[in-house]
This record gives sequence, structure tokens and C-alpha cells, in this order.
Amino acid sequence: MFEFIVGHYNYWMYVGLMMIGFYAMMAKRNLIKKIIGMNIFQSAIILFYISTSVKKGDVTVPILEHAHDGHGAHAVDIMHYANPLPHVLMLTAIVVMVATLGVAVAVTIMIYRRYQTLEEDEIIMSIRRG
Amino acid sequence: MILPLDFILILFVFICAVAAITIKDLLSAVVILGAYSFLMCLLWTEMAAIDVAFTEASVSASIGTVLMIGCVAKTKRRSKD
Repeated sequence: MFEFIVGHYNYWMYVGLMMIGFYAMMAKRNLIKKIIGMNIFQSAIILFYISTSVKKGDVTVPILEHAHDGHGAHAVDIMHYANPLPHVLMLTAIVVMVATLGVAVAVTIMIYRRYQTLEEDEIIMSIRRG
Repeated sequence: MILPLDFILILFVFICAVAAITIKDLLSAVVILGAYSFLMCLLWTEMAAIDVAFTEASVSASIGTVLMIGCVAKTKRRSKD
């Protein structure tokens, strides 16, 4: 049990970061604080995916040092390279992250122009008052 | 992957995340979020994911921080919580 907990320590780290971001999204009233929480949440998920690609031993970056040996045969041992599939998937996720950030920032500026405040409770009060 | 370096970087990432959501000055919170993104980029370099690391450094740590600073400049700087 103890070895299971220590051996999967990256899971606990990413769950902790994700809960920090989730708390900021749920409990903070300021809209920019909510955007910061969303950013932390997405980074935690990307961190989890990247941490699944790490292998034990002397593992280098997934770039081939020599594609062929002297006889023209392929000499690639995949255990010497990190798994490149999560890297490629998470590149797309980072671009999506900055796109959602841009849309959220634009919506926040529009809300500020309409209601002159960034606090969620004051915005709700202003809507109820009509 | 070097395990002590990994733990030290994760500790700094946690400190930056908690500081970014507790601080009341929004400009400071946004700059600390940029530091968080850069530390995350160091963490991915150490995990042998250099393509993800430089995408994060160029897209999230620089363009994201510039967008958030623009948002704070267009709106208010003080926060209640």
C-alpha cells in the first residue's frame, strides 16, 4: 500500500494542483481569480499526461541520435527515449488553453464595461436590481 | 528524470499556485501566474518533453501573461478576496 502511494506520487501532485485550481474557480468571487484557477487546472492536467511519458533509467528526449548504423539498418532502442505520444497530444492542449484564456479575458472586459465591477456578487446584485 | 530536482520544482509550483490565488493585488497575482507557467516549463524540460516545454514558454508563459496584464490594465487592479 505504501509503495503504491509513493510509486504513484505524480498522481497525488496533480490531484493537489487540480484541487487548488478548482477551489479558485468555485470559491473566489473575482472573475480574474477564476481565470487564474482555470489556468492552474489545465496545467495540472497537462502535467499529469506528461508525467505518464517518463521512463526509468537513462532516458533522453525523443530525438534520434543516429537513424541508421553503418550497414544501413535501423538501430533504435525505444527504451532509451521518452514516450512522444503524450507530448504531441498535450501540444494541442496548450494551444487550446491559451485560446480559452483569450476568450475569457475578452468576456471579462465586456462584463467590466457593462457593470463597472469584477466581483461576482456585485454583478448578480446589479442584475437583480434591474 | 532526476527525482530531487523534480520534488524541488513541484514544491515551487505549489507555492506559486497558492500565492497566485490568495494574493489580493491582481497584477501581482498575474505575474506570479507567469512564474508558475515558467516553473511548469522547467518541470517539463526535466521530464524530457522539450517540445511541450518551449511551446509552454512561448505561448502560455509569455502571451498568456501579456493577455492577463492587458485585462488587468483595462479593468480594476484591486480584488476583494
